[in-house]
Amino acid sequence: MSEAAKPAAGTSPRPAGRAGRNTELPEHLKDHKGVWVFIEHDRGQVHSVSWELMGQARILADRLQVPVSGVLLGGPADPLEKYAQEAHAFGADRCYLVRDPVLQGYRNEPFTKGLTDLVNAHRPEILLLGATTMGRDLAGSVATTLSTGLTADCTELNIDGRALAATRPTFGGSLLCTIMTLAYRPQMATVRPRVMPMPRRDATRTGDIVERPLGMVETDIVTKLLDFIPDADRNTVNLAYADIIVSGGKGLKNGDNFRLVWELARVLGAEVGATRAAVQAGWAEPERQVGQTGKTVRPKLYIAAGISGAIQHRVGMEAADVIVAINTDPNAPIFDFAHHGIVGNAMQVLPVLTQALRTHLDKRIRRIA
Amino acid sequence: MHIVVCIKQVPDSAQIRVHPVTNTIMRQGVPAIVNPYDLFALEEALRLKDRFGGRVTMLCMGPPQAEEALRKCVSFGATDAILVTDRAFAGADTLATSYALAAAIRKIGEEQAVDLVFTGKQTIDGDTAQVGPGIAKRLGMNLLTYVSRIVEVDLDRRRLKVERRAEGGVQLLDTTLPSLVTMLEGTNEMRFASMEDMLRAARCPVRRWNKDQAGIEDVARIGLKGSPTVVSKVFGPTPRCEKADMQVVADSSANDVCLNLLQKIFTQHPTLEDEIVERLSV
Repeated sequence: MSEAAKPAAGTSPRPAGRAGRNTELPEHLKDHKGVWVFIEHDRGQVHSVSWELMGQARILADRLQVPVSGVLLGGPADPLEKYAQEAHAFGADRCYLVRDPVLQGYRNEPFTKGLTDLVNAHRPEILLLGATTMGRDLAGSVATTLSTGLTADCTELNIDGRALAATRPTFGGSLLCTIMTLAYRPQMATVRPRVMPMPRRDATRTGDIVERPLGMVETDIVTKLLDFIPDADRNTVNLAYADIIVSGGKGLKNGDNFRLVWELARVLGAEVGATRAAVQAGWAEPERQVGQTGKTVRPKLYIAAGISGAIQHRVGMEAADVIVAINTDPNAPIFDFAHHGIVGNAMQVLPVLTQALRTHLDKRIRRIA
Repeated sequence: MHIVVCIKQVPDSAQIRVHPVTNTIMRQGVPAIVNPYDLFALEEALRLKDRFGGRVTMLCMGPPQAEEALRKCVSFGATDAILVTDRAFAGADTLATSYALAAAIRKIGEEQAVDLVFTGKQTIDGDTAQVGPGIAKRLGMNLLTYVSRIVEVDLDRRRLKVERRAEGGVQLLDTTLPSLVTMLEGTNEMRFASMEDMLRAARCPVRRWNKDQAGIEDVARIGLKGSPTVVSKVFGPTPRCEKADMQVVADSSANDVCLNLLQKIFTQHPTLEDEIVERLSV
């Protein structure tokens, strides 16, 4: 992966594969400059994935020596200027604002037009969006309208030559591939929340704001947003932002044994996660799935019990500060990226670890009391 | 009512193995299945057919053996099936795929106008969720992604009301027909195939369309040529520079191993221990 980070001195990136592919950037697209981030916001809040992307955009743009811009579309009730200020603090040099009553609340039609028109007018070379229900809906529509390449759910973004090298899991998460859009602009990519670290916020940073009209009225739009029903506060699992996670996988053999994961989690005050296999077996709820098709997490401590460490799980948790793996197979891939490994049966180790932690933490808590 | 359901045949990803040395996919013996997400789209379409009558046409782009996936869908109750298959489609990315499928849907519409197109949320092998939006844009249809519920269909007024999953809530959207719906998973439960439909599926002629029959006008927009994205490399995961600090339970007692582990973690990350204690004390 680090290979892609090296700037290819003077040579254009040459992809493997058959000849006659779309690898040459035509002359008329060479003036596309700058890295853009679509800033997603809803009901008074910017989605944190937008700031995570802003940090990434800054790194890419610095390598290309071009500016970073944020794109804000919204209605009269949205504090877009405030969001733009935040965007500047997180690394944007400029923000494009489109404010129109028809942009109050996300709808595909006006947002696709707004973003597509901005791209056509200001010609960025890279456009990044969060891989959320909004970002994916919009990215797929905009990429088709612009007839350009889009890479979904990237886990790593780099610059190779002058082009974006977007790495993502492939084949159901068993391998990684690097995808490039060489002959079209902008190069588009989506990244899931929590995959990229949150950048440092610098309140002294400033930037400029460019406002553009949308040029659309309500009667142009077929789809009406009748209502937004917020999720009831039903203690939804907040895995993505948990500091400590204990996860279980297939190695636990059955749903009864999965309780051992819960017990360790309780002692640590941790959230419980699971692999795709464990979720499919019905041992844990789908919202607890960690991995490419589940949640991406960045906890301070991640304990993986009976998890082999397939890529599709790995990409969801490898950003954890400390990874502890318990697995019977000393050659399991998880030991290639865990920091601490215990070779042993999770069913045997988990209760012992739980007890050891309980004793250890009890002592400390009593001392405080 | 005429509904087109787009499906993909995918390898059962739970059974994919990667060759440890060459990093290539070992396809032998991996069963091909209907993309599981697509079944939610199919079931929703069948429910609408049950209520309003009409037909459900299955559409798939893929190699000849994808016919099996289409037949499976007919056994659940779909009316008929079309396989768009041509070597010219090989190497298509999502943009080229949506071009080909949109052309085929236009062609299907010439026989009988299409009211609704259904797709799954995404596929399990590509996971991009891009083909549905791509088809909708190309056909100029209203796009409704991540639909969790079809609230109302009014065929007379040509209107459709759905609930769409968004971040932190559900949008209630009202739009017109024709629309393209990508169906969220877990929103319904696939029915069992009836004996009658199973027999029908076995006999059902799956129509095969090559690029001309599918109405492809511009061959530069399909297959590898029509794909702006280029896969520059495929590779296996790289281990961290150092392997995990390993302890083997068989070598000493599980208790010693665990105590040793805790000591190491809490010595290397003293703040972690403090934070845990602090959280538990509250």
